[in-house]
Amino acid sequence: MSALATHYIYYMTAGLLVIGLYGMIGKKNLLKKLIGMNIFQTAIFLFFIYGAVKPGTTVPVLDIRIGMDAAAYINPLPHVLILTAIVVSVATTGVALALLISIYRRYGSLEESTILERMKQSS
Amino acid sequence: MNWYTAIVLALFFGLLVYAESDLPDPSDASSPTRTHVAPRYIEQSYADTRTPNVVTSVLADYRSYDTFGETVVVLTAGLAVMLILPRKERRR
Amino acid sequence: MRDELANPVVEGLSRFLVPFMQIFALYVITHGHYGPGGGFQGGVILAASMMLLRLALGEEYEHRRFSPTAATFVAATGILIYALAGLLPMAFGGRFLDYAYLPIPGLSNAELRYHGILIVESGVGMVVWGTLVTLFDHLLGRES
Repeated sequence: MSALATHYIYYMTAGLLVIGLYGMIGKKNLLKKLIGMNIFQTAIFLFFIYGAVKPGTTVPVLDIRIGMDAAAYINPLPHVLILTAIVVSVATTGVALALLISIYRRYGSLEESTILERMKQSS
Repeated sequence: MNWYTAIVLALFFGLLVYAESDLPDPSDASSPTRTHVAPRYIEQSYADTRTPNVVTSVLADYRSYDTFGETVVVLTAGLAVMLILPRKERRR
Repeated sequence: MRDELANPVVEGLSRFLVPFMQIFALYVITHGHYGPGGGFQGGVILAASMMLLRLALGEEYEHRRFSPTAATFVAATGILIYALAGLLPMAFGGRFLDYAYLPIPGLSNAELRYHGILIVESGVGMVVWGTLVTLFDHLLGRES
């Protein structure tokens, strides 16, 4: 139980990851799958950001009143990695939406079963 | 939800909880996230780059090669969307 | 010419709001050294201002001021600025992206790296700005 007291935020991100995975593999609609993928990505961002936490410290902008001591600031590295990852996730979501739009124009649906049926008909 | 989906999700959750239980406690001062390169970034940032915001100096100086790659990925995503959905120019 | 849904309140308010958004975006990009901010965030705010204009004033009207081609051009110019900031130090004896070798006279190494960060952040801001406007234009492009 001691792990639950200190690691409960990690377990919450695990729950969010599972919700995202359920969206990706449990839903049959492609747009719902995309939303599940976004939830999955957000869970990973939160997981990384929580890795930067040091209790009782401040943001990594150097302040003359606090000094240069590394123990007084939270870890800047996960913030940098996630800052770029968020923009990349926005761009990849744009690509996914473009693919969904072109699938919809071709088959008139985003439901997996309908798309497969119409692919069989056209071939 | 199918029963095998539920099993996969439960196994995934169990695996994550098992793996995350081994991660260091955030208040542990000797964890690798606190002792690796991060202290050097914080202590050297102002002397090296005159930049008080450590996130910016790591993003654009210490790890600028990584940021360059990410920027190329963003641009490539934009170009991919242009290829997938070409805009039809309407001439009038 | 305009969308039929265009509403004077929406139109006037977005015309009023957009200059402040763009100034704030430039502030966010250039203030990244001293506080939260930087190229990624400022580029997103700039793109959001352009998207607001496109939604409020209609695409055809807005494309005459900032066309999809211009957005792609801005994104490509941004990546070119970033790559040049990396290649120029190589020409002057440093390594790739080693800003201390940038050919700006009269500055110490640390100050050169400060200005290198600023150049790179503006390149990143242009890439994000152009790419997001491109995404918006092509995702909402009407099929004709």
